[in-house]
Amino acid sequence: MNFEEIKGQAALQWKAMQQSETPRILIGMGTCGRAAGAEDILDVLNQELAQQNIQADILQVGCIGLCYAEPLIEVIKPGMPGVFYGNLTPEIIPEIVKDYLISGNPRSELALGIRGEGTLDGIPNLFDLPVLKPQVRISLRNCGNIDPESIDHYIANGGYEGLAKALRMKPQEVIDEIKKSGLRGRGGAGFLTGVKWQFCRDAPGNIKYVICNADEGDPGAFMDRALLEGDPHAVIEGILIGAYAIGATEGYIYIRAEYPLAIQRLRIAIKQMEEYGLIGDDIMGSGFRFHIKVKEGAGAFVCGEETALMASIEGKRGMPRSRPPFPAQSGLWGDPTTINNVETWSNVSAIFPKGAEWYASYGTEKSKGTKNFSLAGKIVRTGLIEVPMGISLREIVYDIGGGIPEGKHLKAVQTGGPSGGFIPESLIDLPVDYESLAQAGSIMGSGGMVVIDDDTCMVDITKFFLNFTQAESCGKCIPCRWGTKQMLDILEDITSGRGRPGDIELLQELAESVKDGSLCGLGQTAPNPVLTSIRYFRDEYKAHIEEKRCPALACKALTSYYIAPEKCQGCMICLRSCPAGAIKGGKRVVHVIDQDKCTKCGTCLNVCPPRFSAVVKTSGEMPAISAEPVPVGSASESHGDQQ
Amino acid sequence: MANSSVGQGTQVLLAERETTVEESLNEILSSYEGSEDQLIPILQQVQQVFGYLPELAMKKIAKFLKLPESTVFGVVTFYAQFKLIPTGRNIIRVCRGTACHVRGSAQILGEMEKQLGISASETTPDLEYSLETIACFGSCALAPVVVINNKVHGRMTATKVGEILNKGGQ
Repeated sequence: MNFEEIKGQAALQWKAMQQSETPRILIGMGTCGRAAGAEDILDVLNQELAQQNIQADILQVGCIGLCYAEPLIEVIKPGMPGVFYGNLTPEIIPEIVKDYLISGNPRSELALGIRGEGTLDGIPNLFDLPVLKPQVRISLRNCGNIDPESIDHYIANGGYEGLAKALRMKPQEVIDEIKKSGLRGRGGAGFLTGVKWQFCRDAPGNIKYVICNADEGDPGAFMDRALLEGDPHAVIEGILIGAYAIGATEGYIYIRAEYPLAIQRLRIAIKQMEEYGLIGDDIMGSGFRFHIKVKEGAGAFVCGEETALMASIEGKRGMPRSRPPFPAQSGLWGDPTTINNVETWSNVSAIFPKGAEWYASYGTEKSKGTKNFSLAGKIVRTGLIEVPMGISLREIVYDIGGGIPEGKHLKAVQTGGPSGGFIPESLIDLPVDYESLAQAGSIMGSGGMVVIDDDTCMVDITKFFLNFTQAESCGKCIPCRWGTKQMLDILEDITSGRGRPGDIELLQELAESVKDGSLCGLGQTAPNPVLTSIRYFRDEYKAHIEEKRCPALACKALTSYYIAPEKCQGCMICLRSCPAGAIKGGKRVVHVIDQDKCTKCGTCLNVCPPRFSAVVKTSGEMPAISAEPVPVGSASESHGDQQ
Repeated sequence: MANSSVGQGTQVLLAERETTVEESLNEILSSYEGSEDQLIPILQQVQQVFGYLPELAMKKIAKFLKLPESTVFGVVTFYAQFKLIPTGRNIIRVCRGTACHVRGSAQILGEMEKQLGISASETTPDLEYSLETIACFGSCALAPVVVINNKVHGRMTATKVGEILNKGGQ
C-alpha cells in the first residue's frame, strides 16, 4: 500500500467512527489519569455498559491537559457534541450511563463542557472555559482526541502529511522552512532549530544522526511525558523530517526509564510505522532511508545535557564534555548529530502541512509559536497547558490556573526547574518568552512551572533545588561539584538557624563563580535559584540569619509550637495525642508544651479543635507564657492584655 | 548501606537468589551481539530479573562485552537506577519533585521511614520493602505522589501512609 492508499483507508475508518450509530466514550488513560483512578473508572464503565446492555465504543486516549479534573471521560452520542465529565468516582458512572446514554439527560450539573458540533442546554463549550480559552494547541493538537496506539487515527487527522510534503522538497528547502518559522529549541536554551539543522547538514561526514531528547528530568515537569503518551507519532514524524533535512539515516529517542507508558507507546508507534513503510529503506517511495531506536535512560539528570546524553547512548558514564566541537560537527560516535527535544519535534511535524507563516503568526517577534508548560504546585487547576509565546504569567496563573487555592496568596512562580529561577508576584505581568524570562533572572526551561504560595519558604525551596543539583552533579568539573555543595551547606546553615552575617554575599559570590566556571548547562544554571531568590526575597534570607526566624513557618529548626493560655480549655486532646509526651497539664488545666521535649511534629496543631484553636505555630521569639500549667480561666485574666 | 548489616536470614535469602544468576544471565546475554552501546540495556535487563546487579553478573557482562570490569562498575555506579544491593519485594518510591515538595512530600517520606523503620534507599531486613526517593514522577497534578510497585498513589497524606502499608502496598 502506498501512503495515499493508507491515508484513504485511515480517513474512511475515522469517518465511519464519527458517523457510527454507536455511542463513543473517550477516557483519559495517561499516567496522570491512571494515577487518579482511571483504570477503576474504566472497569466500572465496562461493567455498567454490559449490565445495561448498551453497545458503546471505548477509546483510551492521552491527556487533554485538565489534570485537575482527572479521571475524565468524554461521552459522544451519535449526532451530538461530546460531553466531558471530570473528577469521576466509580459511584457516578452508573448515573451517567443511565441518565445520559439511556434517558438522554446529559446531567449538566456534572458536565465540565462540550465539544464538537451542536449545543446542549446548560453546558458550556469546553474551549470557552477559562482554563482552555487562552490556549492554542499546536504541539498537543491530538492529545486527548485520538487513540495514541492507532497510527490510523493519527493519519486520519493529518498525520504524516507534513513528512510527505517535506519529502517532496529538497532537504535545504526543508531547513529554510524551519528557519522561516522561527522555531526555537523547546528544551530550554531556545537555540534556533533551523540554524542548528543547517550546521549539521553542512558538517562533513557520511553518517549523521538525529536524536530526540526525551530525558525530561526537571522535577515538576511532565510536558514531554504527556505528549509522548498522548501522541507519539507527532514526535516521530518531526524526527523523520529533521533526519531528511540534515541527511541522517539513523536516529535515537533517549527517554527516561521512569516513563514506562511513554516508552511502550513509542515502541508501538515505531512498529506500526514499519508496517506502513514509514520507517525503513524507502520511505513513501522517496528513496529516503531511516531507522530509529528507543534508548532508555538510567536515572541521571545530567544526561539531559546533550553531550552527556550521547555518552550515555554510547554505553558510557553520562558525563558532559566541553563544546566546541558541537554535536552538529562531532556528536554521537564522533559523527555530526542533531539533538532536539520532544516538544520541538512535535512542532516540526505541525509546521509542515500548514507552513512557516502560519506558525510564525503565533507568539512574539523573537519567540514564535507556542510553549507547553506543566502547571503544578499551589494552584487550583493543575495541568498540561499550551499557550502562545508572550502570554502573561498573570493569565497563566489566574485565568488558566484559576489562582491559588485555600485563599492563600501567590508568592512566586518557579520556571525552568533546578536550572531556572523564581519570578516574584510583583512581576506577574511579565510576558512569557525567552528574553523576558532571562531578563528576570530565570529561564524558559523545558516548561516546568511550579506555583508557590505564602506557605513556602524561599530559602528552603532554594535549598531543595540545590540539594537536587548537588546530588545530580556528575563531578567532572570542580566549580559544579564543589560549588553546589558549598552553596547547599550555607543554605542548610541558614535554614537551621546557623546563618551568619555575610552568608548572603558569600552565596552570591559562589553562585557567580559556579555559573562562570562550570563545564556544562547543569552547573552553569544551578545557581539560578540562589540568585533569583536572593534578588527578590532578600528579606527572607535576612529574617533567617539575623532574627533566626522563618517567615513562612516552614523551616523546622526555626519554628516552635505553643499553647495560647487564654484559649486553651484543658480538653486533654493534644496532651493525649502528643507522640513525644511533651505536653503538660490536666483536665480543665491549661496545657503547656515542654519545648525541650517537643519534636515539632505538629500533631497538637492538627488535633486542637477548631473552636479553640489554641495551638500556635510560630517562628522567632516566643511570647512570654508560664512554663507551668495553671487552671483554665486564670490565664485569660493575666494574658487578657495580649488579645 | 542496608546489606552491610544484613542478618543471617537475609544472607540465606540472598544465597538462594545467587544460584540462579548464572543460568539466567547466559540466556539474557544470548540476545545481544556484544557492542559497547548495549552495556546499559543489558544492565537494565539483568537488574529487572534479579532486582539488583550481583557482582558475578557484572563480571560476566564485562567479559561478554570485552570491557574492563572497572568500566562496567563505573557505569553501574554512575546511574541512579542501578542497585548493588538487593531490593525488597515491594518497592516504595516517594516522589521528591518540586510540586510534591511544596505540597508536603518531605512529611510523607518521614512517615514512610518511621513506619518501615528504614531510611530512604534502604531495604527492610526481611527483604519485604525497599524505600526510594525519585526526582520527579511527572504526575505533578496529583502531588504529593508515592509509587508502590508501579501503582501510583496520588494526593498522599501522612495518614494515608499507614493505610497503604497495611494493605500491603496495593
